[in-house]
Amino acid sequence: MVSLTNDALNPAELLAQVASHDAGAAVLFLGTTREFTHGRRTTSLDYECYPEMAQEKLAELEAEARRRWPLTGCSIVHRLGHLALGEASIAIAVSSPHRHDSFAAGQWLIDTIKQVVPIWKQENWADGTSEWVHPGLTND
Amino acid sequence: MKIRVKLFAVARQRIGRDSLEIELPDQPTIRHLRASLVEHFPALADIVTHSRLAINNEYATDTFPIPPIAEIALIPPVSGG
Repeated sequence: MVSLTNDALNPAELLAQVASHDAGAAVLFLGTTREFTHGRRTTSLDYECYPEMAQEKLAELEAEARRRWPLTGCSIVHRLGHLALGEASIAIAVSSPHRHDSFAAGQWLIDTIKQVVPIWKQENWADGTSEWVHPGLTND
Repeated sequence: MKIRVKLFAVARQRIGRDSLEIELPDQPTIRHLRASLVEHFPALADIVTHSRLAINNEYATDTFPIPPIAEIALIPPVSGG
């Protein structure tokens, strides 16, 4: 199950979604908003996405993870809009009969999401300026 | 033919709108679209170079032909997660 939401994420709910009597392990990953990036202080973040494509890409990645590893559950939620420091921007929960598959699938999912899903964050810096983050693109 | 391109993040910010319209030669490919964007929207030049283009929610290579009716989006490097 994948979704995009403007509401605060609920990790307990996500773990409940992947619970299974066939699972021997459940792994939860949370991406959280960080205060300092390369020594520069952030006060908040804003996330936007291309909704239809982001939803479709997340669903494709869930399906691919289920093909690659024997998962008993896989749920991904990405938060959008304005986030305060410390809040979770993404939650990924996976479960499997044995722990190695859950760890591997969770790691692959977050790494791949960061490369292909059309979601962007804007850093709102402590000096009052804001900047969209586009890895590899120097933003003037 | 005239097409509409959806814009996000820094591209939307620089153009000031969430989409733009651009005239392309007949039977255009993504490569034609990139060249026209750089020519007619110089504010996007560096972004276009580093971005992917999506057609109907799928990333498209430079040789991909743009269909007459399609949803097209400029996808700058992503930073979700």
